[in-house]
Amino acid sequence: MQLETSVQSLKMGTEESELGGSIKAGSGRMLDRKNRLLFYNRSFKIACIASASFVCLVLFSILFFMFRTGVLTFRDVPMATFFFSTDWSPENESYGAFVFIFGTFALTLLTLLISVPLSIIIAVFMAEVAPKWMRNLLRPVLDLLVGIPSVVYGFLGLTILIPLLRNITGTNMGDGILAAAIVLTIMVLPTISRISDDAISVVPRKYRDASYALGATRFQTIFKVTIPAARSGIMYGVILGMARAIGETMAVVMVIGNTPQLADALFKPTSVLTSNIVMQISNVPFDSTWNNALYMMGFLLLVISLLMIVLVRLLQQKGAHR
Amino acid sequence: MKAKTADKLATSIIVAVAAFIVLILAGLLGYILFRGLGHISFDFLTSAPETIRKGGGIGPQLFNSIFLLVLTMIITIPIGLGAGIYMSEYAPPNRITNSIRLIVEVLSSVPSIIVGLFGLLILVNMFGLGFSLFSGALALTVFNLPLMVRITEQALKGVPREQKEASLALGLSKWKTITSVMLPIALPVILTGTILAAGRVFGEAAALLFTAGMSSPRLDFTDWNPFSPFSPLNPFRPAETLAVHIWKINSEGLAPDAAQIAAGASAVLVITVLLFNFAARWLGRYMHRKFTAIK
Repeated sequence: MQLETSVQSLKMGTEESELGGSIKAGSGRMLDRKNRLLFYNRSFKIACIASASFVCLVLFSILFFMFRTGVLTFRDVPMATFFFSTDWSPENESYGAFVFIFGTFALTLLTLLISVPLSIIIAVFMAEVAPKWMRNLLRPVLDLLVGIPSVVYGFLGLTILIPLLRNITGTNMGDGILAAAIVLTIMVLPTISRISDDAISVVPRKYRDASYALGATRFQTIFKVTIPAARSGIMYGVILGMARAIGETMAVVMVIGNTPQLADALFKPTSVLTSNIVMQISNVPFDSTWNNALYMMGFLLLVISLLMIVLVRLLQQKGAHR
Repeated sequence: MKAKTADKLATSIIVAVAAFIVLILAGLLGYILFRGLGHISFDFLTSAPETIRKGGGIGPQLFNSIFLLVLTMIITIPIGLGAGIYMSEYAPPNRITNSIRLIVEVLSSVPSIIVGLFGLLILVNMFGLGFSLFSGALALTVFNLPLMVRITEQALKGVPREQKEASLALGLSKWKTITSVMLPIALPVILTGTILAAGRVFGEAAALLFTAGMSSPRLDFTDWNPFSPFSPLNPFRPAETLAVHIWKINSEGLAPDAAQIAAGASAVLVITVLLFNFAARWLGRYMHRKFTAIK
C-alpha cells in the first residue's frame, strides 16, 4: 500500500516536473494556471503518443489484413501448387504463382548484375576521381533523379528503350525481362551510387595515405583499401536499391509484356509479382480465389521487403560494432 | 611500371563509364523536357481530356494531383509531427522505442502497390469510401507518414541542446519548450523534408490506381460547393491524378495524340518535381540564413 502511494507520487512528480520550476503550487481553483498547464502538457503528450501508436497500428493492420485475405487462397489451392506450379490461368481455376515469384527474383538479380558495378564505378568517380566542382554538380543531379516518378521512367522505357531493343534484335520482341532490368537499373542507379559515394567519402584519409605510402597506385588503393573499408555502406545502398527494384510497379508493368510465362529468355514477354497484381486486380470479383491469390502475392512482396529491412538493420549493427 | 599502366587504364575506364552513364541520365531528363515542352500550353494545362478526338488536355488531372497532395498533407503533417516529437522527446531509450523506429523504417519500405492493395481492401471496400480522393489521400498518408516521422525526429535531434536547456531553465514547461522553442528551430529542416516528401507523393501512381480510381467525373469548375457531386472540391468523388493518367493513356489511350499527351504530362510531372526540389533547397537555405544571421 505504501509502495503504491510512493510510486503514485513519483509518477506525479515526473508529470509536474515537466511543468518547469516556475510553478510551485496552484491556487487550488478548478482552472488555475497550474492545472491548465498540466492539462496542456498532458494532452500534448497523449496526442504525440497516439500519433506514434497510429503509425505502428498502420503497419500491423497492413500485415494482418494482407495475410488474412491472402491466406484464404489456400482454402481452394494447395500450397505446393501456388508456390511451385507454373500454370497461372485463373479462368480454369489453376493458380500457380511460380512464374511471378521466379520473375521477380530473376528481374531483381539481373537488375543488380547491371546496376551494382555501374553504381560503384560512378560512386568511385564522384568520391575519388572527379574534381570538386563536378562533384558539387553531380550529387544534386543524382538526388534529383531519385525523385523522378516511376511512371515517367516507364514511359521512357516504352517510348525509347523498346523500339531500340526491337531494332537491335531485329524482331518484334522488345518487351521482357531485359527491358525491365534496364529501366530498373536507371531507377536504382542514383540510389545505390549516392549511398556508396557517401560511404566511400567517409573512409578515413589515413587509410588511403597508408596505402599510398606503401607504394600502391590509386587504382590499387581504391579497389583494395577504400572499397573494402566502405563495404557495409555499399551493401546498405545495394539492399535499398534491391528493395526498390522488387517493389517497383509502374515502370516494370509498362515494359515487361505482362504474359504469364516463365522468364527463361531475355526477350520474352513475362510477368512479375507487382505487374501481375496491377494488371489483374481491377478485373477480379471481390472475395474470389483469384482475388485472394493476388493478395497472397502482395503478402509475399511485403514479407520480402520486410526481410530486407531487417537485413539492413543487421548490417548497420555489424558496421557499428566494427 | 605494370601497376602504373593498370592504374591509368582503370582511371580512364572509370571516367569513360561515369561520363557515359551521366550523359544517358542527363539525356533522358533532357528528352522528357524537350519532347514534352513542345506540347505544353496554357490550353493543354487547363482543358479536359478527350477520349477519342485529338487535342485533349490534362486540366482535371493536374487539379486532382494538387488537391490530393493538399489533402494528404493535411492528414499527414499533424500525425507525422506528433509521432516524430514523441520519438525524439518523450520516448525512453529502450527496446520498445527501437522497435517503433524499426516499424517506421519497414513502413517506409512497403512497396507502393501493397499500399494500393491495402487501400482497396480496407478503405474502398471495408470502410465503404469507394474510389475517392479521400481513400487516395489516406493511402498516400500510409506512404508519406514514415517519411514525415523520420524528418521530424531528425530535425528535433538536430536542435542544439543548449537551446532546450535554456528554455527549461527559464521555467517553461516541456510542452511550451517543444512548441515554442524547439519546433521553430527545427522548422527549416522539417519544411525542406516535407517539400521533398511532397514531390514523391505528387508522382505516385501505383498506390492510387485502386484507391483514388482511374476515372474522373466531368468537373464543373464553377461549382465550389464541396458537397455537390460535380464540384472539384468534393473529396468523395473518384479522381484520376496526373501520374495515373500517364499510365492510363499509355495502356488504353484511344486518342490519336496519346503519345504527345503522355509526353506533355510526363514533362509537367518532372517539372513539378524539379520545382519541389528547388523550392526545398532555396527555402532551406533562406530560412537557415534568416535564423542564424549568416550573410
